[in-house]
Amino acid sequence: MKAKFLIPLVLFVILVGFLAVGLSRDPQELPSPLIGKQAPAFKLPQLNDPTKTFSPESMKGKPWILNVWASWCVACREEHPVLVELGKLQVAPIIGLDYKDKREDALAMLERQGNPYLLSAVDANGRVGIDYGVYGVPETYVIDKAGVIRLKHIGPITMELLNKKIIPLLGQLQ
Amino acid sequence: MLRKVLLSTSLIFALVGSINLSAAKDAVPLADDPVTEQRLIVISEEMRCLVCQNESLAGSRSDLANDLRQEIRILIKAGKTDEQIRSFMVERYGDFVLYRPPVKPITWLLWIGPFVILLAGIIGLLVYLRRRNLSAPSTVLSKEDNARIDALLKDAKANSTENIS
Repeated sequence: MKAKFLIPLVLFVILVGFLAVGLSRDPQELPSPLIGKQAPAFKLPQLNDPTKTFSPESMKGKPWILNVWASWCVACREEHPVLVELGKLQVAPIIGLDYKDKREDALAMLERQGNPYLLSAVDANGRVGIDYGVYGVPETYVIDKAGVIRLKHIGPITMELLNKKIIPLLGQLQ
Repeated sequence: MLRKVLLSTSLIFALVGSINLSAAKDAVPLADDPVTEQRLIVISEEMRCLVCQNESLAGSRSDLANDLRQEIRILIKAGKTDEQIRSFMVERYGDFVLYRPPVKPITWLLWIGPFVILLAGIIGLLVYLRRRNLSAPSTVLSKEDNARIDALLKDAKANSTENIS
């Protein structure tokens, strides 16, 4: 009979639990349905030399990073130094996907802030971005040897994320 | 002085002009094919814009929404069914793009949760009411009480008939 008084308390604790989980989640961040699937294929001209193209197939056999960026995107400028650091570590090649950008602006940004990319592919109209489910630049994908997407990060990469998640994951994938 | 004024007014006009231009750029969804547009509206009203997450894809002016509407137009013209177009979007952006979440184990709580809570409430209320009835003090009257009530009622009746006559 005494236990009856505990019912509201238990309900309250359950409610608080739900609210706590709800509050600790980032509503901007969606789980990508692409994780665990093959990275969509594409063939795009390269930023440095538009006569050459890039396809993800050419990266098969080693883990790599696909970073969607644009010179008009403020958060990309913010994350750029982190990418430059990552590039210096040489743990994996970083491929840029220059999203809906002007060629000269993109080149100017790399000139100014350094170029961490092995190369950048130009997605001028954002069509490849749609296949990758891009909805906000920057976005970063970690793709394994077999071409399967293993991680997607939306928003700028921080040093912390790099050290805690991306570099360990790349180590596993090697 | 005059030159300054002229310069600033022309600058303002240029600014206003550019604002109008950008607004005009946003309002071009009515394409050549009204049937396609109709279907586009029906499909995209059921989808969430990924950038401005509280707007539908039909109502959003964001760049990505424009691109996605264009993509849906192409799919419609290619003869895809609504279902195929929906799965095209879900493959890329997940169930999140759908305003109506699909019924599957992970969303069971979402779909039936409210009904379960309602049912629990009704059951709780019924149990409470029954208990209250059972625990209420007995209203059965003793013989003497009944006799007194009868007498009082008789009196009252007699009085009222007297008053009327």
